Amino acid sequence: MHATSATVRVRFFARYAELVGRSEAEVSLPFPATVGDVVRRVREDLPGGRQLPERPLTAVNLKQVKLDASVRNGDEVAFLPPIAGG
Amino acid sequence: MTYLTRTPLSLDQLVARVSSPACGGTCVFLGTVRNGPEERGVKAIEYSAYEEMVEAEFGRLVADAATRWPDARIAVQHRLGTIPAGEASIGIAAAAPHRAQAFEACRFVIEEVKRRIPVWKKELREDGTEVWVDPSGHPTSRPSDSPTHA
Repeated sequence: MHATSATVRVRFFARYAELVGRSEAEVSLPFPATVGDVVRRVREDLPGGRQLPERPLTAVNLKQVKLDASVRNGDEVAFLPPIAGG
Repeated sequence: MTYLTRTPLSLDQLVARVSSPACGGTCVFLGTVRNGPEERGVKAIEYSAYEEMVEAEFGRLVADAATRWPDARIAVQHRLGTIPAGEASIGIAAAAPHRAQAFEACRFVIEEVKRRIPVWKKELREDGTEVWVDPSGHPTSRPSDSPTHA
């Protein structure tokens, strides 16, 4: 079992990457933690973070998840702007 | 197999991948960059993606289609980068023993792409402006307009 904190890699895409001026960040937070906790931390700590939505579409380890999904040390958490492919 | 490319899509290659003597119908869909009256001078669209997730999600999507239409054969490729108006951004080929399954499977894939595949587009306009496109198909310049999930 890990210690009391988890570190996740956060990735930003498309317009969200422009808003925060970067494509990735590392976030450490107390464990256990949820995706929602990661979103709050990013919005509070990152320059430009407040411009991101409070409830963005998110993915953990390449799968879309809801904000109450838990995150573990080493996870990759992605902030996904509204999907517009095709 | 990779579902992404940065070069022009080849319909022939997609069709060749699904071609089979057991399939009597092949349905093909091409999505192209539009510059119609609504678009106000779009010369190209720049497509970007969460590439690792696109590959994973396309794998899951095609597996879902295979569950629904076990006899169908599906090939799909999405193009990234700057795509000029009129050129294709996505190509889908679905072959099945009968035409109904081919049409249904092809339709399923494009609708699921719109819902699940993390790709984004930025319109490059003739007047030099660049605008992110939101999922309803309309450009947006507001910073926090995204719909959220429950």
